[in-house]
Amino acid sequence: MTADLFQGWGTQLFWGTMVTLKVAFLSLLAGLAIGLLVALAKLSASKTLRAAGDLYTTCVRGTPELLIILLVYFGSTVALSAALRRLGGENTYFEMPALGAGVLALSLVFGGYAAEIFRGAFLAIPPGQIEAARAFGMSPLTLFVHIRLPLMWRYALPALGNIWISLIKNTSLISVVGLEELMRVSYIATSVTRSPFHFYMLAAVIYLLLTIANSLIIEWLETRANRGVRRV
Amino acid sequence: MDLSLMIESLPRLLQGAVTTLKLLLLTELIGFVCALPLGILYANGSRAARAPIYGFVYFFRGTPLLVQIFIVYYGLAQFDFVRQSVLWPWLRQPFVCALIACALHSTAYTTNILRGAIQAVPAGEVEAARACGMSAFQVQRFIVLPIALRLMLPAYSNQAIGMLKGTSLASTITLMELTGVANTIVASTFSPYEVFIMAALIYLAITLVITRCFKYLEYALSKHQRPLKSTAAIPGQVRHAD
Repeated sequence: MTADLFQGWGTQLFWGTMVTLKVAFLSLLAGLAIGLLVALAKLSASKTLRAAGDLYTTCVRGTPELLIILLVYFGSTVALSAALRRLGGENTYFEMPALGAGVLALSLVFGGYAAEIFRGAFLAIPPGQIEAARAFGMSPLTLFVHIRLPLMWRYALPALGNIWISLIKNTSLISVVGLEELMRVSYIATSVTRSPFHFYMLAAVIYLLLTIANSLIIEWLETRANRGVRRV
Repeated sequence: MDLSLMIESLPRLLQGAVTTLKLLLLTELIGFVCALPLGILYANGSRAARAPIYGFVYFFRGTPLLVQIFIVYYGLAQFDFVRQSVLWPWLRQPFVCALIACALHSTAYTTNILRGAIQAVPAGEVEAARACGMSAFQVQRFIVLPIALRLMLPAYSNQAIGMLKGTSLASTITLMELTGVANTIVASTFSPYEVFIMAALIYLAITLVITRCFKYLEYALSKHQRPLKSTAAIPGQVRHAD
């Protein structure tokens, strides 16, 4: 039964799924960092920083993820090759690894969306909480780490959960530049077994399981973040 | 940066953008028409009617659009009965396959948005309509749907922009839309920055137009919520800017 279901591609599909998860988690970490920095830039007093943050989020959210992946992949290949040629080697050619390019592109996209969410969440913190912290004599750093961040997290989580799910689905786009993740493995499997419907459906079901599992994790995180909220 | 290459590639990119827009408009049109009954049923229907819609929405929202496009374009050809059917001349065209996948994707998202909007219609409005003696159909037609359609606009504009970006995936099944054209030009000139940035600017321009259109629509449909323009000033009242 199982042999028939995977037609001998079970192991490859499993490792493909692992690569998908790896890309997703790496992009999540980098994207959260980018998002937080850009959100702080957008909230800062400096006009230049605010304008730069706005430009970044507008560009990233208005262009297709696929185009950003292609731009980063081919763009970094050209740029790095040129840099190496300048350093020495006449005919050096450097090809950007698909994993690195994919993670960079997806974390840029994730960061753009996360920045908007973080910005909104920072603004949603009741001013009374911050005044109270100041009244206690907290330093700006303590206030940020112990009051602003945890409170912001509570407001940001539902929307962050949505973009995290999109991020998992967007990892499939990296298959276009040749990274052997779930989608690429399915593509290779179909070219051998000649049963595309079977394998793409299988990939769809695996993606569905990933998104369902992650929705449950987000739900748990939300309950945890809201454990201090009094319910009426 | 080679500025002349950017200008040189512009006509071909704009041709690709026309295909992108065609795909987007047809997708959103089909998606909206299909989502209208599904969304109403999803919000009001019996448990038995909601279950299949829930499954449909969950599947299309939980899997990548790329997989859906591949299932339609490569997957359907696996079956002999598809290849022998009268529809095959259409089903082998990348544009038709991309349209089918994108339209189903859009239907699922729009159904979910419409359901949320219908459920957000204030209960008092529905009760008032019932108290006036409106039939169930009249309540839906004259009260619930007009309010829900206005409430769904912000989410729907996000969905339309997401769909615009989704159409770029049609390039993976050889459709020559904006991303596909850009990728081809890059393959022959190998100057990714100029061409891809030019394509990105065109996408940004389309996004801007979509956002503007929805903003205007929202403004036009909320006439009753705006303060009156020329009334005699009521003493003590502060007038807000529009």
